Amino acid sequence: MAWTSLLSELANGTVVTLTVSLAGIAIGMLSGLALALVRVGRVPVAKQAVTAYISIIRATPMVTLALLIFFGMPALGLRMSPVVAAIIIISINTSVFQAEIWRASLLDFPRGQLDAAHAGGMTSALTFRRIVFPQVWRASLPSLVNEMTLVIKGSPAIAVIGVVDLTRVAVRWTTVTYEPIPPFLTATVIYVVVVMCLIRVQRSIERRIVARYGIL
Amino acid sequence: VIANLWTVLGEWPELATGFLNTLWICAISGVLSLILAVPVSLLLVSGRSTVRRVTQAIVDVLRAIPFLMLLFIVYYCLPAVHVRLSRWTCGLSALIFYNTAYFAEILRGAWAHLPHEQEEAGRAFGHAGLGLYRRIILPQILIAAGPVLGNQMITLVKNSAFLMVITIPDLTFMANQVQSIYFVPLEAMLVAVALYWLICSSIEWTVRRMDQIALVRGHE
Repeated sequence: MAWTSLLSELANGTVVTLTVSLAGIAIGMLSGLALALVRVGRVPVAKQAVTAYISIIRATPMVTLALLIFFGMPALGLRMSPVVAAIIIISINTSVFQAEIWRASLLDFPRGQLDAAHAGGMTSALTFRRIVFPQVWRASLPSLVNEMTLVIKGSPAIAVIGVVDLTRVAVRWTTVTYEPIPPFLTATVIYVVVVMCLIRVQRSIERRIVARYGIL
Repeated sequence: VIANLWTVLGEWPELATGFLNTLWICAISGVLSLILAVPVSLLLVSGRSTVRRVTQAIVDVLRAIPFLMLLFIVYYCLPAVHVRLSRWTCGLSALIFYNTAYFAEILRGAWAHLPHEQEEAGRAFGHAGLGLYRRIILPQILIAAGPVLGNQMITLVKNSAFLMVITIPDLTFMANQVQSIYFVPLEAMLVAVALYWLICSSIEWTVRRMDQIALVRGHE
């Protein structure tokens, strides 16, 4: 009886951890790409501002960022539920790391292809959509999956602001039953399984890219 | 915002205590993890397959779980098996244990990439066993792994903020304290963010300098 209710609570916590992480990753992917484009671009002030922003957020611990957003935003008049705050926190954190991943692939992109696309009469928007993005996406994908494992590992920071994620379920169970070992052991197994699955996915993506295009 | 920032800066003794605590917590954990990681990395390449597999399994599990999980396991589960530690011992040992796994894996990786000729040449000159490892292999893998170790050191600094959860007065804890007394959440946390940025940038700068020195001394 106790075991089944423990497992169902942990399952709920896992769903919260995964949903919030995935939502954060998806938003972070788009905003990361935007940040990377500004950073490799040639707009003077915006470029430096984005570089500084990335440098600062990269050095900020997830917990500190969580407290800054969760308590700081209401002070600016923006009220939000803990779950919304959690998604914002994770997407801000991961977007700067994903920006660096996108930037590395963008910098590696061969210039000759841009000239060829231009000579072929493509507009720069079309070139980005048809030529640059598909290749940059392929080059970034393994690192982006790797970033997902880092996000999952940073996600317990949202437990600090009161979101009942996997970690907080384990803590709550402990404070109610005074039996810490079952919840924490099970939660550990869940985290390990999730992270190992992501590593599998990353390796299989890498293998497929190599099989299909010859190089990573 | 400016007025609030003054309030926060007026509480500088609190923030300085937190800053210094974070600094020494990270320095001690970093150094101890690196020292512990050396024997652990030797276990990871041990000739006995059981030793190697068990160590690798432990290292892999530690690298797969969030730091906060490990911290809670040490904090809540050890008392359940009648091991009572102070919160400082809990926090520091969790931080050291967690980072040892990462550092050991980094050292193992660097060793795997070290050209085999280095070891053979060492043996040809009569080095063997621990002496060979200490004089020939270890210095080279430390230099090769320098940047990665530096990145992991930055991760350690960021993980140390989780210690505030078990009420260790680190930078995040003290900033949170200041914000809750004066209700200046934005400004207090921004000051903390600036200080974390300072720590991480110094680590990055040190790694770059060490890389330059290594380059001058003929390492790639």
